[in-house]
Formats: sequence, C-alpha cells, structure tokens
Amino acid sequence: MVESNTVKDLVKKKGNKREDLVTVLQEIVKHEKFLSEDRLLEVAREFDLAPAEVYGVATFYSFLPVKPLGENIIKVCQTIVCGIKGKDAILKAIKDKLNIVPGQTSEDGKFSLLTVNCIGQCDNAPAMIINDKPYVNLTYEKVFKIIDEYQP
Amino acid sequence: MNHNISSLKELDDIKTKNIEANRPYGKKGCYMVTVHLGTCGIASGADEIQRSVLQEIDKRENGNIIFSTSGCVGFCALEPMMTIEDYKGEKTTYHSLKQEDVARIFSGHIDNGKILYELNPIVKGSKLAEFYDFQVSRVLHNRGRIDPFKIEDYISFDGYRALLKSIEIGDPGELIRIISDSGLRGRGGAGFPTGKKWEFCRRASSDNGIKYVVCNGDEGDPGAFMDRNLLESDPHSILEGMIIAGLAIGATKGYIYVRAEYPLAIKTLSNALKQSMEYGFVGRNILGSRHDFDIEIYQGAGAFVCGEETALLKSIEGKRGMPRPKPPFPANEGLFGKPTLINNVETFSNVPQIILNGAEWFNEIGTKDSKGTKIFALTGAVNNVGLVEVPMGIPVRDIIYKIGGGIKGDKKFKAAQLGGPSGGCLPDQLLDLPIDYEEVKKAGAIMGSGGMIVLDEDQCMVDLARYFMDFIQDESCGQCTPCRIGTRRMLEILTRITEGKGEEGDIEKLEELAEMIKETSLCGLGKTAPNPVLSTIRYFRDEYQEHIDTKLSCKRLHKKAKRKKVE
Repeated sequence: MVESNTVKDLVKKKGNKREDLVTVLQEIVKHEKFLSEDRLLEVAREFDLAPAEVYGVATFYSFLPVKPLGENIIKVCQTIVCGIKGKDAILKAIKDKLNIVPGQTSEDGKFSLLTVNCIGQCDNAPAMIINDKPYVNLTYEKVFKIIDEYQP
Repeated sequence: MNHNISSLKELDDIKTKNIEANRPYGKKGCYMVTVHLGTCGIASGADEIQRSVLQEIDKRENGNIIFSTSGCVGFCALEPMMTIEDYKGEKTTYHSLKQEDVARIFSGHIDNGKILYELNPIVKGSKLAEFYDFQVSRVLHNRGRIDPFKIEDYISFDGYRALLKSIEIGDPGELIRIISDSGLRGRGGAGFPTGKKWEFCRRASSDNGIKYVVCNGDEGDPGAFMDRNLLESDPHSILEGMIIAGLAIGATKGYIYVRAEYPLAIKTLSNALKQSMEYGFVGRNILGSRHDFDIEIYQGAGAFVCGEETALLKSIEGKRGMPRPKPPFPANEGLFGKPTLINNVETFSNVPQIILNGAEWFNEIGTKDSKGTKIFALTGAVNNVGLVEVPMGIPVRDIIYKIGGGIKGDKKFKAAQLGGPSGGCLPDQLLDLPIDYEEVKKAGAIMGSGGMIVLDEDQCMVDLARYFMDFIQDESCGQCTPCRIGTRRMLEILTRITEGKGEEGDIEKLEELAEMIKETSLCGLGKTAPNPVLSTIRYFRDEYQEHIDTKLSCKRLHKKAKRKKVE
C-alpha cells in the first residue's frame, strides 16, 4: 500500500490539468491495483472535478477497475481467434484449478479472472495475460503449470 | 548525451561506424546471431533462448560472434527463432527452438560452418522461405535486421535521411505534393487519401498557430497485430513519419496513442523517443533547423472505441472516449479544439520511404487507386501464421495459399474474414479478388486495418457473426441508441440461432436491424458493426436457414455435417 498522500504527490508529478486525469488514475492502479472510493474522491478534489465525472471516466476504461482485484490478474482473451482455438478449455482449466469464473477473485485473494477482448496475440492463440505478461499457445495442461508458477 | 546531427555526412558516419562494429560483413569467419524478441517471441520462450545463446557466446571468446536482438521477423507461429548471418550476408533462421537446440546450432553452424538442415531452417530456397518469397518488404524492411532499441541500427538502414531531406526541401506544399502523388491512403482502414488529409490540416487555420499530429496506435480489431509489431520492431520509422508530417502541416507537437494491452510496444517506443531526442531528431531546432517538434506517448486505458479518431482525441484530453459527430473533422477541430492530423501507425511508417525514394517509386506497385503495399496479420486456419506485407492488387488466394501455405490439416477453405468487426468475409468464389480498397468493399468486406482471419470448413458462419456482434456489443460506448440497443438485439437473435432456437423471419429481422443501425449510428463503430452479419448472410444465407430449419445448435449441426461427409 502507498501512503495516503500519494494522490497529491502524483498530481505534483503528473499535473492536474484535465488531460492528466487518465494518467493519474493509471498510476494509482499501477500501485494499488484498483481505484478505491477514497482515491476517486481525492482525485476529484485535486482536479477540481465532480466525483461523478472522475468515476465516469474510470468506469469507461476496462484497465481502470473500481473494485478490488486479486494479487494477480488473469485476463483471458475471449475474442474470435482465441475463441476458435480453444478459449473455453483455458477458462475450464482456471475454473478447475482456482475455482473461479470470469469476474471472480479466488478465496485466498491471489487471483482474479477477467475475460477481455482481443489482446493482439492472435498469432499464437489462445492467449491470456497475467499481470503484464502474455502467455500463448495455451492448453488445459499448460494453464495449470503457469498458475503453479504464481503460487509457490 | 547529445549528438545534434545536422548533415548527411554525420548520418553516414554513424552508419559506417555501426556497420563496421556490429555487422559481420566482409569479415570471414564472423557471424551475427540475432534472437527475435517481439511479443510473439518472448511469449513463446525467446528469453530463455537468448540466455542460452549468450552462454554459448561466452564459451567462445574469439570475438567472431556479434550478438543482437530484433523485433519479430513475421513468422510469428514459428517462434522462438534466431537468425545467423555470415560475412556474406547469407541468413539462416532457425525456428521453433528449444533451449537444447542452441548448443547444437552453435557447434554445428558457428564452429563448423555447417547449416543444420535437419532442423528445417528458413534459408534461401527452402519450403518455409516461400512465406517470404511472395512478400514485398517495404514498411517491414527492417524486420529482423535492426535492434529496435538501437537508433544507430535504424540509421544504418537509411533511417532519418528522409527527415533530413524533408528539411532540405523546406516547402510544406512540396512535401504534401510528394505524399499526394504517391497515392498513399490511410492504412487504418478507411483508406482516405493521406496527402489530401495533410493538405486539409495545412490549410486549416488555428488562432494561436497550434496544430497537432496524432498517431493512432489503438489497434484493437480482433485478428490484428500489425501495429503492435511495427511499434515493437521499427519504432523510429513511425517517429520519423510523424516529424515529417509535422513539418508538412506546420505542427510542433505530436502524440502517439498506444493501447494499454501492448506493454512491450510502449517500452520500445519510449526508448526510441528518448534516443531520437538525444540525436536532435525530436525537440527544439530539429537537425539544426528552425523547426521544433515534440512527441508524447499516450497510453490507452482499455477501450476499443478509442480507435475511432474523435474518441481517441477525447481520451487524450482525459475524458470518456466517446465519439462525436463529424463534421467538424479533426483536421479543422481536433485535439483541444485545434487542427489535428490523425494517421495510423502503418501510414506514418510508409512516409519516410516515400520521401526518400519518391512518389513514383511508391506507386509503381499496386492497382489504379490502391498503391504501395499493405500489411496483413494472417491468422486462423492457415499453415503459416504471421505478419505479411503484400503489394496491393495481389489476389487473396496468393496470400492464403502461396504465403500462408494453404489450409491447416488439409481441410477445405471456407472464407477469409477481413477488417475485423467492421469488415466482412470473402468466400471461396472470391479467392481471386485482388487486394484493393474498392474491390474489397464491393465484395462486402473492407480492407480494414489488416486483420485476415482464415476460416476452414468446420467454422459455422453464424457463430462467426455472433462472435463479432458479441465483441461490438461489449465495446459499444453506449452513447447512441442504435448501436447500444440495436447491436444487443442482433446479438440476441444470433445467439438464439446458434443455439438451435432460431425462428422463421430471424434473418429478415437481422437484415432490417442491420440497415437501421448502419444508417442511424453516430460513429464508425456503429455504422460498420452490422457488416460481419450482412456479409455472412450474403454469402452463407443457407447456413442461417439450416440452423433455423433444423433447430440444431452449431455443435450438433457440425456433427451432422461430419456424418454426412463420412457416408
């Protein structure tokens, strides 16, 4: 967790002009994984915007979550090429291994599962991203192994 | 470090020095080993390959091995790969590497000078080399041969010469004339003449003289990864194109909008920008001239609709990325209300070579109204998956069969989907259609940004349409009713049909909704959203009808078809 004056510091670094808003929100997500109500309120104050306006911007973008997520975020591509090449087996593997379906976080808080639209890895589909790292040419078994790497 | 280059001689010096130090040419017994580290390579394990390669080099302290990395070489499905180049410039590319292959390749190829044919490498004349033989590398000319993290490599292959030439030309009107004469059209999908767009921006008046150049790198079409690849493997070509555009329209500030899903592209680009500032290509008084040009990288936050130009601009302004009606066009009222030139990554990447080699060089290939080359991301049920650059006018058949090596597993070709969720499919009978903006449009698809998904006989075309509608429905910004609710209703009908619950009249309903959404949506996303449905109805209406008549789901219908085939 970062100190409570993060938003002020961030604004000092990145600015508080309207065009800096998304960048500041991205920075908060980088450190805290999601945008809490408190943070959104702080941002609104620093930018002199209505909280609803800031919330509206955050909820428009899928990489600016407003709900807490797990330590590791698994994003499985649900779009066409990955779909044809076996996305369902990937989701099943995650369900069997972690007992979560898209939108859920595992009980220990270690993993959140999201389905996302095309991540541009169609060349080696099916694919998923864990945090920032892409994993490709996935199979049911491969997914098990990959998840093991994240829980020693 | 500040280099402040201002003459051709200085560029030549960098080139000579870099090639002398970092290329094997003319030094007998010397090899250059390049590990290809695009996202596709890294995701397939190229990092581990790199480690093994470095270990092998350490074992041989003879100074005869030059190590380098590069972006993707285009044959993405065969990653991880490494290329060995000898003193004559002959290249051998080993693919689908496992860590244990590396030591073997070093002792065979580098220690004993023997190509390991048993590993089926890509060399001149080999079967796999056909993937490259029918391509024309222009925009992708640096793939595999430059290290995207080293500006000296880009300069070594004539990088930033076009910028120098543009400054020497001086007259913006002349620069725009060259681009107009070349016939270059927007590579983001719509195909608007680039020179014309530049001219509009140059003429647009701005009260305080501020204008912007924006590069649209918010690639999001399913099946598309051309821009990711360009950003990762040749970032300077995009920067150079943008700076030249700045000179031409009179802008001093540029933005590159890159989607958040591409972390490596952002890293590569940020490094390239830093280096290009150090060399004085970006910043104040570029190349010693009176021109200034700054570039800022803007990272998207995950919204497909931001690929639409007016939405993209709003996103840079820190707002919800929702499109607005046009006119006014961005050329007159764009970013922060100022005249703004927006071009796609591939479009900018074409610019330096056009300036350097001339409009006639560029338009000597292509069709009457579509000049130059186009990059396609070839995916799906095809043998050779990867990034291909082809001359405009090439038949679709050649892309799929000659470059793509035909359909996987000897299955029958069914259709090629072009242009993602705004596009359509080309069936068997249109395989000889030449790749050309107008021809493709007449056939009910669009050139699009360059995604080409090949589908085999097993693919249900109604399900394909459902996939795209699901995508659009998810990514609709929700601002206008036809797109928000219309695509939802279409998705419901498509889902019903694919589940075997279709009803008589569903096809007509889809057609009616499609026309309505096309006519009344606010932006390009909505206006083109019904295309995949209309196009599949146009060529595969019987598949829709069969679903409805038999009341069978895709799976069961497919099983039935298979049984029939066996009988």
